[in-house]
Amino acid sequence: MVAGFKQAFAQKKFVVTAEVGPPKGTEISELLSHIDLLKDRVDGLNVTDNQSSVMRISSLAVCRLILDHGGEPILQLTCRDRNRLALQSELLSAWVLGVKNVLCLTGDYITVGDHPQAKPVFDLDSVQLLQTVGLLNEGKDLAANEMQGGTGFFAGAVVTPEADPLEPQMLKFEKKIVAGARFIQTQAIYDVDNFKRFMEQARRYDVKIMAGIVLLVTPGMARYMNKNVPGIFVPEALIEEMAAAEKGQKIEAGIRIAGRMIRQLREEKICDGVHIMAIGKEDRVPDILKAAE
Amino acid sequence: MIVAERKPLQQIEAMIEGFEKILIVGCGTCVAVSMAGGEKEVEELAAQLRIKAKLQGKPRTVDEITVTRQCDKEYLEPLAKYLDEYDAVISTACGAGVQFLAERYEGRIVLPALNTLFIGVTEGPGVWSQRCIACADCMLDQTGGICPMTICAKNLSNGPCGGTNAGKCEVDGEKDCAWTLIYRRMEKLGRLEYLKKIQPPRDYSLTTKPGRHTHEAFRQSQQEEE
Amino acid sequence: MSDTQPGNLPVNAAEPFEPKIVAYCCTYCAYTAADLAGSMRLEYAPNVRVIQILCTGKIDAILLLRAFEDGADAVYVAGCALGDCHYMEGNLRAMQTVAHAKHLLQEVGLQPERLEFFHIPASAGPLFAQRADEMTAVARRLGPNPLRRTIQRDAGGKLIKPPDLHPPLPEAKLGKLIRHAERVSDVSM
Repeated sequence: MVAGFKQAFAQKKFVVTAEVGPPKGTEISELLSHIDLLKDRVDGLNVTDNQSSVMRISSLAVCRLILDHGGEPILQLTCRDRNRLALQSELLSAWVLGVKNVLCLTGDYITVGDHPQAKPVFDLDSVQLLQTVGLLNEGKDLAANEMQGGTGFFAGAVVTPEADPLEPQMLKFEKKIVAGARFIQTQAIYDVDNFKRFMEQARRYDVKIMAGIVLLVTPGMARYMNKNVPGIFVPEALIEEMAAAEKGQKIEAGIRIAGRMIRQLREEKICDGVHIMAIGKEDRVPDILKAAE
Repeated sequence: MIVAERKPLQQIEAMIEGFEKILIVGCGTCVAVSMAGGEKEVEELAAQLRIKAKLQGKPRTVDEITVTRQCDKEYLEPLAKYLDEYDAVISTACGAGVQFLAERYEGRIVLPALNTLFIGVTEGPGVWSQRCIACADCMLDQTGGICPMTICAKNLSNGPCGGTNAGKCEVDGEKDCAWTLIYRRMEKLGRLEYLKKIQPPRDYSLTTKPGRHTHEAFRQSQQEEE
Repeated sequence: MSDTQPGNLPVNAAEPFEPKIVAYCCTYCAYTAADLAGSMRLEYAPNVRVIQILCTGKIDAILLLRAFEDGADAVYVAGCALGDCHYMEGNLRAMQTVAHAKHLLQEVGLQPERLEFFHIPASAGPLFAQRADEMTAVARRLGPNPLRRTIQRDAGGKLIKPPDLHPPLPEAKLGKLIRHAERVSDVSM
C-alpha cells in the first residue's frame, strides 16, 4: 500500500492518512506498535509537532522511525517553536533523512501547552512557510541563496471548514494554495452537509482535500469540543447517537460514526480522502477503516 | 503612549531594604495618564512607604518630586541639587525613564517602581490596550488600520489561524481575533482585494536592539560631531 | 514578606479604646441625611467625625490614606444612592477609589475593612445613624489603628492634629520637591 503519499493521489484513489503523536519521554514502544499497526493500512502517517504546545520527541525523529519501519511519514511543522533558520534547517534535515511530505501549520499558541512561559516564535506564518518549502524545492533558501541540492517536498496545509467567521479563513486557504499547498487536511468535520458547502468553494482550487475525522470516544468529548475547540461542530444527532450507546460501548458508536462518514465521503466523491485522528486510540484506526468499508 | 502599572508594594519594599532616605521621582507624561507614576501615584506610594515603615518601626523619610518627563534631559537636570541627600531614588517612570535617570545620575541608586506594559491607547477610564509593538515597518495600510503584529497573538500577517472562535481569539476568549477585525474593516472599506496579497516574511533586522534613530535634519551635524 | 499583623493592642491599656472615625459625606445625600438624623434626634455613635465634601467623586485615595496616617481607626465615604449622584457618576468613581484605597491599605498591612463606601440617600436619617454605629463597631472589633501608637509617641502622648488653616489649593507641582515633613502632620504643636 505504501507507494508513497503523493503517488496515492495520482492513482486517483481515496487517500487515507492517520496520525501518531510522539510521546513525552523516551519510552517509544507503544509508538512503535502503533506505527507497525498502521503503516500498511494507510497512505501516510502524520507526525505531530509538539502537539498542543506540549513538549515531546520531535516530529522529525518519529518520521525517521516510521521510515525505518517501512511506513510513509508526513512531517508536521509548526511556526511556533522555530525561526526561519531552524525551520529551513529542519526541512533540509527531513529531506536527507527520507521524509518526502510536509504539513505546514501555524501551531497552537505557547500558553495552551505545558511550558506556557516559553518565548513564542512565529517568525514565519504558515503561508510563508509553504513558500519557503517551495523555494527549498527549487534549490534556494528563503534569503535567495543557491543551495547545493534542494528538496522535493510534497507540501500541504490545513483549513478549518467550520471556522467562524469563514470568509477570512477562506482568504488564507486561497493564499496557502497560491503559496504551494498541494494537499489540505481539514480540521475535524462532523456535519457532512456543512462540509459539502465548504467543498463547493474549495473545489475551485487545484488542491487535494482530505477531510479530518476525529474519533468520538464519549458524548462528553463531543460536547466538550463543541464548547471549547474553535472550529469543531458536532451535530446534536451524533451526540445523541453516542449517548444512546450502552456503557462501555460508546467508543464502538464513535467508530461506527467515523466509518459511516468516511464511507459517505468516499462513495459520494465529496473529497479526495480522509485524515483520521484517533487521539490516544490509534489502535482502533483499523476498526474505523473496517467500519468504513 | 507608554502604559505601565505599579509594582506590588512588597517588591518595592524589598528594593529599598536598608535605605532610610528615599526620594520618589514621578513622571508627568505617559505613566501619569496611565495612572501608574504621575504626581498622584507618587503621593500614594510615598504614603504607603511611610505607613509601612511606621508599622514596622523602621526609620524612613520619603520625599517626592514629579518632573514633566524622565525621558528628556532638560527635566532631569534640576534634580541635581537634591539627589545627594538620598540613600536611594525610586523612579515611577517607564523603563526608559528609569534608565535615563540612572544614566544621568550614575552614582545614585535608582530603582524602578513600575512594570512597563506596552504602547497603547486609553479604551476608557482605567482601561488601556496595546496598539503597537514598534516593529519599524508599519503595514497598517494593508490591513485597514488594524495591526496584526500587535492584535494577533501569533503575529500572523497573512490571515487567521484555525483558532478563530466566533470572532474571538483562541488564546484569550475575551480578545478579538485580529483577522476577523481586519477582514470586516477591509470589507467595509471595499478593499478586500488588498488582503489577497501574500505578505512576505517580516524583516526583524529592523528591530535589532538597541534601537537608535537620528532625524534626517540632524544626520549631518551628528556626523560632524563624531 | 508576611507582615506581622498589626496587633489589636490598645494604645494605652489603662485608657479604654474610643475609636476615631472619619466620614466623608457628600453634601447632597449623606450630609443631608446626617442633618436629618440630628433633626430626628436619633442617637448614634459619637465617634464619627463628619467631613462635608461637595461630591464623593472628589475623594482621592490619598485623602483616605492620610486619614489613616493621621490615626483614624476607620474611614468611610458616604455618597448618594446608585443613579442619584448630582454629578451623574461621582459616587461610582468614589466606589472605584475606595476599592483602590482598600488595596493600598492591604499592601501596607492595615486591615482594608477599616475603610468602606456607603450609599446614604438624603432622606435616610436612620440609615446614617445605623452606618455610623456599624462602622464604630467595626473599629472596636479591629482595635486601634496601629499607627496611633507611633503618632502618639511622636507627639508626646497627645493625639491632636492642629487645624489646617490654609488648606492647599490643588495645583500642579511638576518639578517641585515635596518634603516628607510637609506630608506628615506635625502633631507635636
